[in-house]
Amino acid sequence: MNKVRQLDDIVAGIEDGATIMFGGFLGVGSPLRSIEKIVAKGVRDLTVISVVNSYPGGGFDLAPLFSNRQVRRFVTAHTGTCPEAIEAMKAGDLDVEFYPMGTWIEKIRAAGAGLGGVLTPIGLGTLVEDGKQRLEIDGRSYLVEMPLRADYAFIAGHRADTLGNVEYRGVSLNSNPVIATAADFTVAEVNEIVEVGEIDPSRVGTPGVFVKAVVQGDSPTEHQAVFERLWVRTGRLAAPATAA
Amino acid sequence: MEAKDAIARRAALELADGEVVNLGFGMPTAVANHIPEGVDVILQSENGCLMFGPTPALGEQDADVANAGGQPITLLPGASIFDLATSFGIIRGGHVDTTILGALEVDQEGCIANWAMPVAPGKYSPGMGGAMDLVGGARKVVAVLQHADKKGRSKVLKKCTLPITGKGVLKTIITEKAVFEVTPTGLVLTEIVADTTPDELRAITDADFVVSPDLCEYRLHA
Repeated sequence: MNKVRQLDDIVAGIEDGATIMFGGFLGVGSPLRSIEKIVAKGVRDLTVISVVNSYPGGGFDLAPLFSNRQVRRFVTAHTGTCPEAIEAMKAGDLDVEFYPMGTWIEKIRAAGAGLGGVLTPIGLGTLVEDGKQRLEIDGRSYLVEMPLRADYAFIAGHRADTLGNVEYRGVSLNSNPVIATAADFTVAEVNEIVEVGEIDPSRVGTPGVFVKAVVQGDSPTEHQAVFERLWVRTGRLAAPATAA
Repeated sequence: MEAKDAIARRAALELADGEVVNLGFGMPTAVANHIPEGVDVILQSENGCLMFGPTPALGEQDADVANAGGQPITLLPGASIFDLATSFGIIRGGHVDTTILGALEVDQEGCIANWAMPVAPGKYSPGMGGAMDLVGGARKVVAVLQHADKKGRSKVLKKCTLPITGKGVLKTIITEKAVFEVTPTGLVLTEIVADTTPDELRAITDADFVVSPDLCEYRLHA
């Protein structure tokens, strides 16, 4: 049961109008090579579900999907970091559906965990309440938030074994373990693919039962280099001294 | 002193030793630079960690260690990391003591607006991110904002005009001119800068407020 696949083969199966979840938070913990391939394929009318949008200022991770107008509907907690998405909104090419971040993740968790929805007080008395059922329980009010799932989930991890067990690293797990549970077809893009048994069971962040395919992303070294370049370019780390 | 600097210094005095604290982006981020000596707080980054530290030097960063602004951070001894469901369980479940959030507008009923500006008819940006969860879940919610916009219009209002982030959620409002406590009967002015009288403040403030019997000068130090 070897789940290792070529990314090109998976992306070839994605059709116009698909609903795709992406893990990651402003590019960190994002399946960068998968996004690139989906951009290159040019599928359109996508519904994209991601907790936030691109790295601030655009031009990275999800941003090209919006500049190419491949996304029709974006389900998120925040989109303001991505100038390309704002332009698409202004042009009438993009609808954005906002949920409070904690509600967004619980809706997906509910879908993956077989729950009928979530009761939350967050958003009461705001625009988030519009069109939603409100329940009174023991004198407190709650909004009913429905489960949220997708055709595909693309997650990013540090390592995976060939059974699809995924190990995360650092703060980059963010939405990945949750969205991995809530799609018909979950793809894990990882920095390193290892043999079964090499990942300590206590370090498995996403059990392989949730994962349909494992694909090779940037190597650990290239992964570090990508973010060093990004953070230096955007002034978040001091630039390296110029070689004499 | 710049308005934003004064606000960050004053807001830092809202934090108490041992608290779990979430600082929003913009002005609140600078609050971390002014936390008084002897006050140790546990900072949360809502993308999934507690006890983060300063920005690393080049070469010390890690591609998998960043804050909710996508920027590299460090983790202090005692730090922990977790997924978003746990992170927002911490927030919504009442495990954050204090949050300090920037605001576009606040009002005398304790409402805060900081997520939605119109970009097209019926369309808003940037989005609430974690702000609705924070105002709903944190035990104490502090709003920081400049007293007036660039055209001199008060941002401390009788009623917010932009879509609100939370209704009646604020405990404290801090501008560069004044500090207000939000009470069930309205705003109470508790601190004011030295060169302004309460009547002068009323002239530049849309919201109604009463003056605390304990009114004191705007504090910049503990």
